[in-house]
Amino acid sequence: MSERSLMKGNEALAEAAMRAGCKCFFGYPITPQTEISAYLAKKMSANGGLFLQAESEIAAINMVLGAASTGTRCMTSSSSPGISLKSEGISYIAASDLPCVIINVQRGGPGLGGIQPSQADYWQATKGLGHGDFHILVYAPASVQEMVDMAVNAFDKADQYRMPAMILADGLLGQMMEPVTFPEIKPMEYDKSWAASGHKNKREHNIINSLFLTPEVLENSVIERFERYRKIEETETDAEIYLCNDADIVVCAFGATARVAKSAVNLARGKGIKAGLFRPKTLWPFPVNELKDAVKTAKKILSVEMNMGQMIDDIKLATECKIPVSFFGRTGGVIPKPMEILDKIVDLGGDI
Amino acid sequence: MAVAYKRPHAYCDVPTHYCPGCTHGIVHRILSEVIDEMGIEGDTIGICPVGCSVMAYDYFNCDMIEAPHGRAPAVATGVKRAKPDSYVFTYQGDGDLAAIGTCETVHAATRGENIVVIFINNTTYGMTGGQMAPTTLPGQVTQTTPFGRDTSVQGFPVKVCEMLSTLSGTALAQRVAVDSVPHINEAKKAIRKAFENQKEKRGFSIVEVLSTCPTNWGLSPVEALDRLRNEMIPYYPLGVYKDVNVREEGKEDA
Repeated sequence: MSERSLMKGNEALAEAAMRAGCKCFFGYPITPQTEISAYLAKKMSANGGLFLQAESEIAAINMVLGAASTGTRCMTSSSSPGISLKSEGISYIAASDLPCVIINVQRGGPGLGGIQPSQADYWQATKGLGHGDFHILVYAPASVQEMVDMAVNAFDKADQYRMPAMILADGLLGQMMEPVTFPEIKPMEYDKSWAASGHKNKREHNIINSLFLTPEVLENSVIERFERYRKIEETETDAEIYLCNDADIVVCAFGATARVAKSAVNLARGKGIKAGLFRPKTLWPFPVNELKDAVKTAKKILSVEMNMGQMIDDIKLATECKIPVSFFGRTGGVIPKPMEILDKIVDLGGDI
Repeated sequence: MAVAYKRPHAYCDVPTHYCPGCTHGIVHRILSEVIDEMGIEGDTIGICPVGCSVMAYDYFNCDMIEAPHGRAPAVATGVKRAKPDSYVFTYQGDGDLAAIGTCETVHAATRGENIVVIFINNTTYGMTGGQMAPTTLPGQVTQTTPFGRDTSVQGFPVKVCEMLSTLSGTALAQRVAVDSVPHINEAKKAIRKAFENQKEKRGFSIVEVLSTCPTNWGLSPVEALDRLRNEMIPYYPLGVYKDVNVREEGKEDA
């Protein structure tokens, strides 16, 4: 089945989640992601699943904790301020080694911020999504098609590694319409023998827990998790590399911003400036080796983001600060224009 | 020889961390007896959030989940909605259920979630060393009300069963105590009724158990039971505040 449909990003993502076997969705209304809830409210029960509107973001993520504990594929979705509310639950879910998918259709912040597109939750998603030592998988789609493909993949990777996976989208991707093709879903079997779903008098009781009062026991559980993270850092990175072979200037951008940046790179090439684009598709793990490859000929790096420069540190670490990194960003819900980025590229290109 | 006393299978044969004289052990036992008697251990999932009972996952033989502070009714909702044929209970203290988790409690009740909530009311935060709880009685001295709870400053205790009995989704709201054998028997019957409600999908059932905390009350176990009888029961009257089974018999409207 490879039907092509014209869909809004939020709705396409919701449809993809259902097709990927998501059986429970718990959410709370917040702009600009509410279409995900509205779509699933309409469709979930007919597909043998459950849609439940929670009383709060906090309740929604804890319902996810409950459903995930039973080994059921489940998801919640929100936007920036709502994700902050979920962060306690996300920490517990990560610490309990539970798989689930969390959607963040980002809006401007901090505080109540605005409702226009933003990427200002990069730090939160990749560095500090809750208390304690933990990571979650973070995928950054740049098209409605990637909203679909990454959602499907996120469910598999969450199950494979027993950890939460986030789709870090933004209001632009959530609201825009593009043609999409839904991939064939390959049913995969994952070991769920750990689940608390009733032992049926056939095994010892299972315990889903994040409390370890003996420091060494807690330390060991964290070390075990970080060994898994190391494996993920080696195998699960993904990036798009565009015209970087001979590039003097590599523009780094993720998500919807990368679409605008790509236009700017093309315009720069038209002016004879050797520009390229590096687009991380996974933000954690950050595609370090892919970036090292992409900047082999680069004399300058330009990070373009819809925030105040949250990805710069990761770029500098990946490139060991060997190449100067400049920044162009718009924030608060302002989407950068190709000409603005081009101007910055031209500025940088002037002294190469 | 006839066996007069046997550990219920659902109650793990391990030492607990509860203080001497604490009534958690009694409640754990009667809850386990109900699970045994109904033969539902293999289908039961228990949820214990933060508080003295946070480590109860080691004490019950059914599958167990440890939940964030106050969030057990939301976690229970996720479990029950994912596995509708299972039996789901939460075991929560007063700070957990009636302070930080009030929102989750009220909404699980009003949705009529088919879960059982065992609510331990001992008028204090036991785990953290005896601070004021939402259920702390007026005048009660705690670590954070060293001059006694002054209702003009700290407000009034929350009467949970009375509050939840106003919600249409609540099937059972009953307050019991574990200070005497007749009361313990009554408490066990209430827990059994709550699980029967879940079996029959009648809605949200809460059994509030007036309990003691000798350590943080600064009383001996016997004195603590006296305080429960003489001070708590008059403020928190025992009884059935709502029973949907009674309503079904035409005695009460929704």
